[in-house]
Amino acid sequence: MTAARHTVFMVQRQARNLMREPIWIALLLIQPMVWLILYGQLFKNVTRLGGFGTTSYVTFLAPAIVVMNSFFGATWSGMAMVADLDRKFVERFLATPASRLSLVLSQIVRSALTAGLQALVILVVALALGVHVHTGALGWLVVVVVGMLVNSAFAGISQGLALLTRREATMITLANFIGLPLLFLSSTLLAQRQMPHWMRVAADFNPVNWGVKAARAVVLPGTDWSSVGVHLGYLVALCVVTAAFANWTFRAYRRSL
Amino acid sequence: MDAIVVEGLRKRYGDVQALDGVSFSVREGEIFGLLGPNGAGKSTTVRVLVTLTHPDEGRAVVAGHDVAREANAVRRTIGYIPQESGVDRYGTGRENLMLQGRVQGMHGRELRARVDELLELVGIADAADRVVQGYSGGMKRRLDIALGLVHRPRVLFLDEPTTGLDPEARVALWAEVARLAERETLTILLTTHYLEEADELADRLAIVSSGHVVVEGTPAGLKAELRGDAVTVELVDGQVDDARRVLAGADAPVEATLADGRTLVSRVADGGHAVPRIIAALGGAGIAVASVSVSRPSLDDVYLHYTGRDFATEDSGS
Repeated sequence: MTAARHTVFMVQRQARNLMREPIWIALLLIQPMVWLILYGQLFKNVTRLGGFGTTSYVTFLAPAIVVMNSFFGATWSGMAMVADLDRKFVERFLATPASRLSLVLSQIVRSALTAGLQALVILVVALALGVHVHTGALGWLVVVVVGMLVNSAFAGISQGLALLTRREATMITLANFIGLPLLFLSSTLLAQRQMPHWMRVAADFNPVNWGVKAARAVVLPGTDWSSVGVHLGYLVALCVVTAAFANWTFRAYRRSL
Repeated sequence: MDAIVVEGLRKRYGDVQALDGVSFSVREGEIFGLLGPNGAGKSTTVRVLVTLTHPDEGRAVVAGHDVAREANAVRRTIGYIPQESGVDRYGTGRENLMLQGRVQGMHGRELRARVDELLELVGIADAADRVVQGYSGGMKRRLDIALGLVHRPRVLFLDEPTTGLDPEARVALWAEVARLAERETLTILLTTHYLEEADELADRLAIVSSGHVVVEGTPAGLKAELRGDAVTVELVDGQVDDARRVLAGADAPVEATLADGRTLVSRVADGGHAVPRIIAALGGAGIAVASVSVSRPSLDDVYLHYTGRDFATEDSGS
């Protein structure tokens, strides 16, 4: 209970600070639109290859952009932790009864909430571009939840690395190292059927692709709810594992003091 | 009752023995100073006492709670004002204080009132709703102090409270700390590498050097133990060994040679009478003297006496 309450306090603090950054808010909202419009135009004709489940590429793309954006955002989320460690903000709270778990969890929750907000923006822009979410309001909810889960799962890794290395450079390396490979090993931009066989197999083990599959299934007609459920389940499990990893690295950090 | 009891703390970081058997105790209600140069182990000692660092060996009790076994009880009783502030620069002063209070279990009207009171007390009420990034160094330090006091701790730890402040702000802060100690009925442990700070503020102090306490006592008591005056002789050339012999013969035995290689410090019963004698003796031996000065015992001399090293040189050298 204490952990939950303290997490709320810590998330409030981060949210308030971000709200003071108008440029950050503007970019937060504009960035996903850029993805959607840029990729939507670039690959517009690719649906002719078949296997996309729709002839509207932007409909195929929109839910995947939510996932991609969440994933990219998460790989950077450890930056805020490195800054808090550097500025001794974390240490100050270690000398108080503040819940240790909340100090890590709040970073992940903040990251996931940002991703959720961006997911909503993408869906609104997609709506304006003529995307119809087949399963309606429930579909919107699933897409937003998927965005938050994908973000949390990778944010846990990013936080863990931040605590292990305490260097911004590591975050940048991680973002570059896994960013594009995991994007291209998923059906974000292309139908899985159009991928080489080995990549199709690899994609099944890619958490980004789990998110894309679940989010896309509720947008396109012919939703397979059991597949949606399974992929959501995978993502939840991964979130628990990576959050536990982050918490473990935090313990190691405290022992090193 | 003792507010802080420290027994035989040892802590090693890699090749560095940061603490090598630190022991001392602090009585309830006093201001206690840990004095020593950078790297002597003061901050590490404080970090053990505020539950941030686990010692390899030894035991520490703060306000009746063991820092290892009852860490959370200790954390509720203490305020910690670290050397590097740890304040959220992108939040306002008030937001920082509210968050600190909340994790200490305070809430509602009580917390809001306490925050208002503290903002007044440390003199940053006008800047309370401004983002900390725009604060001056002195204002940030005042906010740090307020953060350490939100939950009305019984024991306050101040790690190098005036480092980085200009001399004026430093003196103002001393007055502040003394006033707070009075008003909030606090026990205060402060670390400093400014001798005059320890002299000004501390009821008692311990001199820390190379990871252990070399001497513990009141500033006045420590100075009184050094009978007589210090005579500092600066030679034109570095004939230190000859000068030592001459001074010993002139009833002014050399206590220490400073790192510059040409300055000697002797302890004599009466400086006024000793100076002509010393100059004559050195002159007779053909040793040229650049300057001679006499000083009443200061903490500087206490430090020199117990560690055999000059404080200023050692502090800047580390």
